[in-house]
Amino acid sequence: MNKVFSKDHEWVTVEGDVATIGITNHAQEQLGDVVFVELPKIGANVVCDASIAVVESVKAASEIYVPVSGEIVAINNELTGDPALVNRDAEGEAWFFKVKLAKPDELAKLMDKAAYDKFVG
Amino acid sequence: MNETLQRTPLYEAHKALGAKLVPFAGYEMPVQYPTGVLAEHNWTRANAGLFDVSHMGQCFIVGPDFETTSRAMEKLVPADIVGLAPHQQRYSQLLNEGGGILDDLMITRAAYKNYEGWLYVVVNASRKQPDYAHIENHLPEGIKLQRGEDMALLALQGPKAVEVLEKFAPAAADLNFMHYAALDIEGIAAHVTRCGYSGEDGFELSVFAKDAARLWDLLMVDVLVRPIGLGARDSLRLEAGLCLYGHELDESTSPNEAGLLWSIAKRRREEGGFIGASRVQKEWAQGVSRKRVGIRPDGRAPARDGTEIQNVDGRKIGVITSGGFGPTVNGPIAMGYVETAFADVGTKVNLIVRGQALPAQIFKLPFIPNNFRR
Repeated sequence: MNKVFSKDHEWVTVEGDVATIGITNHAQEQLGDVVFVELPKIGANVVCDASIAVVESVKAASEIYVPVSGEIVAINNELTGDPALVNRDAEGEAWFFKVKLAKPDELAKLMDKAAYDKFVG
Repeated sequence: MNETLQRTPLYEAHKALGAKLVPFAGYEMPVQYPTGVLAEHNWTRANAGLFDVSHMGQCFIVGPDFETTSRAMEKLVPADIVGLAPHQQRYSQLLNEGGGILDDLMITRAAYKNYEGWLYVVVNASRKQPDYAHIENHLPEGIKLQRGEDMALLALQGPKAVEVLEKFAPAAADLNFMHYAALDIEGIAAHVTRCGYSGEDGFELSVFAKDAARLWDLLMVDVLVRPIGLGARDSLRLEAGLCLYGHELDESTSPNEAGLLWSIAKRRREEGGFIGASRVQKEWAQGVSRKRVGIRPDGRAPARDGTEIQNVDGRKIGVITSGGFGPTVNGPIAMGYVETAFADVGTKVNLIVRGQALPAQIFKLPFIPNNFRR
């Protein structure tokens, strides 16, 4: 499945019933230098649009909203030791967490790349 | 934002450099350039950073002679103004009747021929209008406040700042800390003071607005110089333990609480005679119930302005007034106010961030050694 995007500037890819989620390149550009990332706990059950992680830049703290509901099955511990990875590769290596989807039809409201580019344009 | 934002004479230069411009104190100001806050911060600590601080309030207190003008100014601020040598600058505060801080400011004794009765004053951008009204209300007959219209202010900060400036004006190298010289920079008349807000050696250059863009371009040609935005200005001053009005300083806070007694000469503490003196004198004699301190979280999470500070038993003992990430420290840092009993360096406290108590310690200010020219 292709990458899809939320209005809160997260990206989502799905393999089977697991979604991998991070923040968009546009979001990292807006944040500036990322110096701290706080991730949810594995096993946590999260609901769509809840704030479940925090990314702090030199300037400010920003909440990360999960665009789908389900269970956190993995977190990217690389980000804890190397938060700047978010600036270097936001839509690749710097994924935040993986969610086992409880309601796959929630994906339908997310935007494709063309729609997201227009949204931030 | 209803009102139109003002622009400094360097607005076009910032745009050309790709700056991210944000509203700040009524001005459209560069918060960062494309390289970002971390790179700008580190560049200033190692080389020379160029800042546009033209939004700040430049004004003059004008009287017939230095003695008369300085006596009048001593009613408004607690610093020793009468004792200023020609060319010398001091840091001080405007206080309200209750001894709270209306603003902090820089005051310089002018020594230009025919301007011996003038003091050059720089106040915070966000406080210009209330400051000017307050000063005008309290100056005696015959002394007036003159706003510095059509002026710009540039800051060149960092260990290589002197190397850059002396190429244009060799006399810059001989300038002492907190003193000014009138320098000619490629035909531009610049009032250059050795001071700053970064914890590094450096200069502030006051020029006419019409000359600002050319001076900026002249300095930018040097490979040691890069433009620095307000983002790095804030992280630099926080590491240097310097106060920011509206954060560490406000109308309820006294210079004593803010740890600024060093800026009030013994004569002034003893004699008083300035607005707000009774509180300053009382707290000088009896001490303060809360104090400004440095704070270092044990972990990596920054604690921002407004964060509650608790003692290890979970009682609120204070609040953070500035907090973020210190690039040179390579970790989170903060300043804030705590009850005096918890102000000793090494005291363990907790910071309440997103509902969790994060362990932290009271830390000696500044977080990095100041590298001012002595």
